[in-house]
Amino acid sequence: MNSARTALSRKIAVHAVLITYVVIALFPVFVILINSFKTRRAIFREPLALPNADSFTWEGYQTVLNQGDFLQYFQNSFVVTVVSLFFILLFGAMAAFALAEYRFKGNTVMGLYLALGIMIPIRIGTVAILDLMVQTGLVNTLMALILVYTAQGLPLAVFILSEFMQQVSDDLKNAGRIDGLNEYTIFFKLVLPLMRPAMATVAVFNMIPIWNDLWFPLILAPAESVKTLTLGSQVFIGQYVTNWNAVLAALGLAIIPVIILYTLFSRQLIRGITSGAVK
Amino acid sequence: MANLVLNNLVKAYGKTEILHGINLDVDDGEFVVFVGPSGCGKSTTLRLIAGLEEITSGAIEIGGREVNNLEPKERDIAMVFQNYAIYPHMSVKKNIAFGLRSSKASKAEKEKRIQEVAGILDMVDLLERKPDQLSGGQRQRVAIGRAMVRDPAVFLFDEPLSNLDAKLRTQMRLEIKKLHQRVGNTIIFVTHDQVEAMTMADRIVIMKDGYIQQVGTPDDVYNRPANTFVATFIGAPSMNMIDGEIVEGGVSVGSEAVLSVPIEGHEKGMVTVGIRPDDLKPDIGTPVLKGTVTVCEPLGPETLLYVETGQGEVIAKADGRTAPQVGDSVQLGVDLSTVHLFDHKTGVALTS
Repeated sequence: MNSARTALSRKIAVHAVLITYVVIALFPVFVILINSFKTRRAIFREPLALPNADSFTWEGYQTVLNQGDFLQYFQNSFVVTVVSLFFILLFGAMAAFALAEYRFKGNTVMGLYLALGIMIPIRIGTVAILDLMVQTGLVNTLMALILVYTAQGLPLAVFILSEFMQQVSDDLKNAGRIDGLNEYTIFFKLVLPLMRPAMATVAVFNMIPIWNDLWFPLILAPAESVKTLTLGSQVFIGQYVTNWNAVLAALGLAIIPVIILYTLFSRQLIRGITSGAVK
Repeated sequence: MANLVLNNLVKAYGKTEILHGINLDVDDGEFVVFVGPSGCGKSTTLRLIAGLEEITSGAIEIGGREVNNLEPKERDIAMVFQNYAIYPHMSVKKNIAFGLRSSKASKAEKEKRIQEVAGILDMVDLLERKPDQLSGGQRQRVAIGRAMVRDPAVFLFDEPLSNLDAKLRTQMRLEIKKLHQRVGNTIIFVTHDQVEAMTMADRIVIMKDGYIQQVGTPDDVYNRPANTFVATFIGAPSMNMIDGEIVEGGVSVGSEAVLSVPIEGHEKGMVTVGIRPDDLKPDIGTPVLKGTVTVCEPLGPETLLYVETGQGEVIAKADGRTAPQVGDSVQLGVDLSTVHLFDHKTGVALTS
């Protein structure tokens, strides 16, 4: 009885903390969403009020969808994020496999060198990167962004994945070798399927910063045809006048693809965790 | 099916040599068990045969073909691992079929082969399950099935029973032995459990510190151990080792009577006398040692006696119904034909 009560109160306490956190985390999103449906005047009069019959308007969304190439921006952001994630996961997992599976000279040094990238922000190298992109003629291409984001995501990916790779039993890989698999098939057919939860983690970690980034699109790919969504939304922010309706609507729309991607990965993530626990 | 020859096999990691020239001929269809304490090199030997590690020097032949530089898949072998190593994301059937993926057989033939193997291993009902829905014993059967389906020249087993509980282990032991009688492939089986070795093997290879100590049938290694290591490693509880001395007419053990065992051709001096607990009994045979019982371990039909004697503690066996009690003085006797003599310094068996 007593222990049941403490368990219950503990549960309430835990949920209270979690709910508080969720509210804090979701509050800005909530404010963005409600204000994106309000007239400009209503936004400033009562920023926290819900849209009502008076203040409700589609104006922001209409501006966004009519103005410029918003679909194009969406597509650019989506391509950059998905392709970067694909490369991060592919190369990250391959490097992690090599570090975990093969003993070669400089193995540890290589691992530390790759981990070092986690600590050094890639933006420090912006000037050099821009120079490089100019010389290779990649400025104003999506490829420039993909390359930069892949480089930015790899250190953490290698670090996390190699920890997981080490847990895959050697016997399993040896069994594959005896069954006549080469090292590539062992990697793709045996090891990668076991890595899915870890890969989902890495994907989620990397997705948000790439999707939200303004810095590199602004510097490396500001041309109209390759603008990303975040950069594209900036047209509504002027030095003197800001079209808040449009900005908020653009941001509101920008949330949708991320939520879809996150749902895809997180299901994988949870499946991985529970399958491990039940076993 | 094929024979297997290990010719002066050496394995070194850097400068540390861990296998020092292993020589062994395994006949076609033979069941050979490698046994030894951990770190003796038995698993390494197996991995060298499998091709999972490179040999430093020497040669391995399978079916008269030198396989030193061949990949594992080209050696015509199959291996079963200690922790099963079945692919967790594939159904049982896919796991078994995986062994066949490089073969050129038609789909129908493969399917037939899978069903046949599943039938032999009694797991036709389990084919669609995922590994995490199987018990330990069933998983090990899947692993064996995956090995069997290819009908390899040589089966390699790396401590396949160590992760199973005692009852299941006994059962799987029997199943593997029956399987061998049925399919008749050559089997190399590695274990640290001497009971497994004794019960399953046609021949046992006993290893220690990278050297082969003795190769022989279970009868050989039990009744004619080559040295004190083999003598104490095989048999449980292990053989009593008592210091003795070769004197006129036999071997003297402490102050007791001289044992009139054959000593022709051996110099007088110290000797190690080995007597199995099964052969050392109170009040029967030629008296050897006298002492006080310190611990009794009743096993039912018989009772193990730990007896403190002038020559140190020895283990003896008494009839379960008439066993002495703790504190009793006992006179232990032995049938002289079961006494083993070993060189006192080198531990090598003295044969007469």
